[in-house]
Amino acid sequence: MRLSDEEKAMRDGDQGAAVAKAMDLLIRYGEALGAESLVETRNVCGTVTATTPFMRDFALAQGGLDAVFSEFNLDSAEVVQVPKVRAFSSHLQLGFDPHHPVEMGLSEQIVEFYKKSEASAAKMGVQILNTCTPYQVGNVPTRGEHCAWMESSAVVYVNSALGARTNAEGRESTSAAMLTCRIPNWGYHLDAPRLGTHAVELDIEVDTVEDWGLLGYWIGDWVQDRVPVVRGVGRVPNLPKLKHFGAAASSSGGVEMYHLVGVTPEANSWEQAFGANRPIETRRYGARERAATRARINAMGSDREVDYVMLGCPHYTIEQIWEATQLIEGRKVHANSALWIWTPRAIKALADRNGYTAIIEAAGGKIMTDSCSAMSRAVPPGTKVVALDSAKQAHYLPAILGVQAWFGSTAQCIDAACSGRWSGA
Amino acid sequence: MNERAKVEVITIRGRTVVPGVAEGEALVTRERISGWGGVDPRQGTIVETRHELRGQSFAGKVLVFPGAKGSSGWSAQFHVARLMGTAPAAWLFNEMTTKIALGAVVSHAPAMTDLERDPLALIRTGDWVRVDADAGVVTITRKAD
Repeated sequence: MRLSDEEKAMRDGDQGAAVAKAMDLLIRYGEALGAESLVETRNVCGTVTATTPFMRDFALAQGGLDAVFSEFNLDSAEVVQVPKVRAFSSHLQLGFDPHHPVEMGLSEQIVEFYKKSEASAAKMGVQILNTCTPYQVGNVPTRGEHCAWMESSAVVYVNSALGARTNAEGRESTSAAMLTCRIPNWGYHLDAPRLGTHAVELDIEVDTVEDWGLLGYWIGDWVQDRVPVVRGVGRVPNLPKLKHFGAAASSSGGVEMYHLVGVTPEANSWEQAFGANRPIETRRYGARERAATRARINAMGSDREVDYVMLGCPHYTIEQIWEATQLIEGRKVHANSALWIWTPRAIKALADRNGYTAIIEAAGGKIMTDSCSAMSRAVPPGTKVVALDSAKQAHYLPAILGVQAWFGSTAQCIDAACSGRWSGA
Repeated sequence: MNERAKVEVITIRGRTVVPGVAEGEALVTRERISGWGGVDPRQGTIVETRHELRGQSFAGKVLVFPGAKGSSGWSAQFHVARLMGTAPAAWLFNEMTTKIALGAVVSHAPAMTDLERDPLALIRTGDWVRVDADAGVVTITRKAD
């Protein structure tokens, strides 16, 4: 791999031991990929805080949080002192919501350990966004901006809806990027891999969040990790719809880049979306495909008594919380059911100010932050059946927790919370 | 007749992903592997619900598979596996992605790809495989049928 003089200097320790370790990791990683060079990035989203009992024990045995960062974030057994980050860096979601330790089943020690770790991350200069959706709370990359982001649903969003450039990075590579402002120049940083490979023709209107989730799930299942191009989009989808679409496509398959002709920034036309490529295959998406996808996602549901309704995968926008309050105001969550809505801390603060938190809580629901049930493995006690408006969460939750899942619209989910029963298809 | 079982030895070349030399018993799957939610790094086992290797251990094995899938938490799972002593001894795979590249790097286990023959077709579970990623050579030893 070609290195610039500045990169060689970082490798050789001119900016300290931690930067040298970070550059060493990026070189090993870039060579593993077969990258020819590194690319400069000043926008990084990753995970640096320590949350697990394993990391807590590691910190106790090996010399504190610097030891945890050295090993888990820089792949360095040698403990280096962690400097402030050089790139604008945002923290992704956690394995729990530290504000709800009882619901999360957290010991006091783990919460205390996490708080120390969060303070240390903030001192490094990492923005404590604690969300899978940094793009809705102040980190909105521009078209062509080279980024180093983790979290598949966020990666597919910024690549496709915003035209930024990132691969699905990991904990160690994003941490190294925070200290060096570099990431391997490979994959979606380059022009050709961003071009379309598979074509989808829409035969039906795709409009609601549920519609977009279903389409995404169907596409991902088919194209896996290739680049689909969708033609025939009617009403222009907004942020929540594309958030659910990309999250679904990156869960059922591994889609990190898509094009919607006439909507997304690198697809003003069919020709632009495919560039020099010819579609490997074209498929049509109609009522039959939609129904089959819904049945497939709902295959994990059989009992209609719903114990838990989870909204906010990926984290809910303020618009979605507003919609939920309109659906639930004046009603009550059923005694045998529960409603938890997950959102970034910043949006929770806005929901508090708008009075939405009070409406949700008056109905018996809760607004949670920082995590989700799949990440935290935390659900209300005794949960066997869940209802969701996220195809992604419906994909993961039965596998992770062994629960049954129903997928449908937000309104069906709120009805299920209030009646304790799933009445959708 | 000599009672000693006949062995077949096959050598193939490929591209080095992570340098180093290691050997072990092969564990072969045609299904991609998920990191987060797909493996238990404490036990070194595959846990994905519908995976053909569910419940099987990859600890100390030469893992032969198409590539990585799933969450970007992939590398962190195999990083923890190394610290727990449950990581694979070596990796052989076909599809390069950021997940497998970073996961292999932080596992510190030798890894190769772009092999001149499809390892999924050539190598069987239970074969003895030596991965010399410093030289770019894989040696497969198998008892003759």
